[in-house]
Amino acid sequence: MLSLQPPEDAAPVLVLAVGNPSRGDDALGPLAAQRLAALGLPGVDVLTDFQLQVEHALDLLGRRRIVFVDATASGEAPFALAALTAAGDTSHTTHSLSPAAVLFAYRRLTGKEPPPARLLAIRGHAFELGAPLTADAAANLDAALAALVAELQAGAEQGDVQPLPA
Amino acid sequence: MTFELETAPHPEQLRRVAIDPVSRVEGHGKVTLLLDADDRVQQVRLHIVEFRGFEKFIQGRPYWEVPVMVQRLCGICPVSHHLAAAKAIDMIVGSRLTPTAEKVRRLMHYGQILQSHALHFFHLASPDLLFGFDSEVARRNVVALAAEHPELAKKGVLLRKYGQEVIRVTAGKRVHGTGAIPGGVNKSLTAEERACLQADIYHVVGWAREAVDIARRLHESNRPLYDGFGAFRSSMLSIVAPDGSLDLYDGHLRARDADGQILLDRGNCSRYWELIFEEVKPWSYMKFPFLRALGPQAGWYKVGPLARVQNCDRIHTPLADAARREFLDYGGGRPVHAPLAYHWTRMIEMLFAAELIKDLLHDDDLLGTDLVATGERAERGVGVIEAPRGTLIHHYRVDEQDQITRANLIVSTTHNNQAMNEAIRVVARKYLDGRKLTEALLNHIEVAIRAFDPCLSCATHALGRMPLAVELVDADGVTVDRLVKGDAPASC
Repeated sequence: MLSLQPPEDAAPVLVLAVGNPSRGDDALGPLAAQRLAALGLPGVDVLTDFQLQVEHALDLLGRRRIVFVDATASGEAPFALAALTAAGDTSHTTHSLSPAAVLFAYRRLTGKEPPPARLLAIRGHAFELGAPLTADAAANLDAALAALVAELQAGAEQGDVQPLPA
Repeated sequence: MTFELETAPHPEQLRRVAIDPVSRVEGHGKVTLLLDADDRVQQVRLHIVEFRGFEKFIQGRPYWEVPVMVQRLCGICPVSHHLAAAKAIDMIVGSRLTPTAEKVRRLMHYGQILQSHALHFFHLASPDLLFGFDSEVARRNVVALAAEHPELAKKGVLLRKYGQEVIRVTAGKRVHGTGAIPGGVNKSLTAEERACLQADIYHVVGWAREAVDIARRLHESNRPLYDGFGAFRSSMLSIVAPDGSLDLYDGHLRARDADGQILLDRGNCSRYWELIFEEVKPWSYMKFPFLRALGPQAGWYKVGPLARVQNCDRIHTPLADAARREFLDYGGGRPVHAPLAYHWTRMIEMLFAAELIKDLLHDDDLLGTDLVATGERAERGVGVIEAPRGTLIHHYRVDEQDQITRANLIVSTTHNNQAMNEAIRVVARKYLDGRKLTEALLNHIEVAIRAFDPCLSCATHALGRMPLAVELVDADGVTVDRLVKGDAPASC
């Protein structure tokens, strides 16, 4: 357990979604993960957590591609999907890392470049405790998921994953 | 009541410096500093939005949902909320836990302490401690540590991973676990799970010892800095075991004064409100608890590792107790009140948790099948636990339909509210005089905040980050200077 060796059963592609299911549109990440996992894409592992931390760098071991999924409070709607570059982070609390900082932690821990990564940032609008997903966010989620599946299918052409059935 | 520098005599004549982590949603902190005409710090207030909304959120839900629901309060210490709530609900169902249930829960809790303390020390505090407060910010970030101390950073990550594996095995899942249920647990360990954890525990204990040693050597290397930075005297509160030893899962309330004399002992956790009063102040969303017997002026206290390690009489695991005695020797027979000593005591507790895990893994009760016990139903339940950052209280009332009618949570950040204000006041007095806001000023405030690591925005995190801003505002509310850090968007 205590090593930087990748697990033998690590799928080539990791979708790592973050968010709190009980805080309105912050549930976008976990909901995306839930719906994606239900598709059962071969070659794709789906993980979800409240927020990103240093140990998530270990989840990147043995992967060929990474897609981070998160709600965004101020990004473009319905979503933004873009390449991600490793970058350091500064914080006054332990309470979260950015996706770029997770990639940076991977590089520093392993001495290797992290796998190519993309960030799917889905626009949310309301984040109150106990609030349901807003209608706008739900629509954004539909659009974002379609793009994410397309992204994964594009990966299938590179041999990372099996194509979805028609 | 008010404290020195908390409320200036003529605030209208002062300029204001605001240090404001601008949160998107809820749970943010802000430090306001009012300067006089001579640029002396006259007033300091730390504002943190507390999660009062959660108490409303949980009302009306059936009690058996509570231990799972409360995990959504905090993404950093969900296990602590899970267990505190489960202990409270145990009272409602009249349970005295079976040996298997209590030991599985304790194992879960020690895993949480281990992973949380490892994260804090190796990836939050160590950059400050190893590189110095005045070093460039790029070197003091979470991942820069790995660049210059790769083995240290690697051990920190792997310690955290081990703690999370303990949580996964005991709670059933890596996140959103369901292990603790009313009156017990829903699973015990399999022999394979235990063997898997046993395989690495000796490495974990060894690395925890190294961490304690690093913390001790840092303090010994520069006593004036480590002993003096942000230091203030206060009482200390925690739970201890019935025999006075350190216990992070269960016990009674004990408080010592700033000189180490016992103020309160054998306090009944299930009637905490008879001992602790939560004062409301108009300028803060967060309450200010104090010991009723001493009143608001003298009754405030600090919680967390620094309080716990000095509040107990002993530690029942040998390595951690030796480390505790070394820490007490460092204090020369007087309590240590330096905020930076939180880091050292945090590592002593991490070693304690590692040793407890090692011992528990040899206990066959972990594999037992007697998982749940119930008894006479009650309307009220209180669960108190020592979470990584300090004492955590969950208090619920239920009606005849088993629905929650009232909830009250006192989290460690609330207990430490006055203490954090004091630490920032000391730092501000020393470093924040002047008209120009600088990165160094902000750094020192952050170092003081980091020692306590308050929960600021842990219940949600959506992309956008939590920048820390310093604003200099004149008496008319006009911003004359502003400094922001950490608000750059993720690279994408």
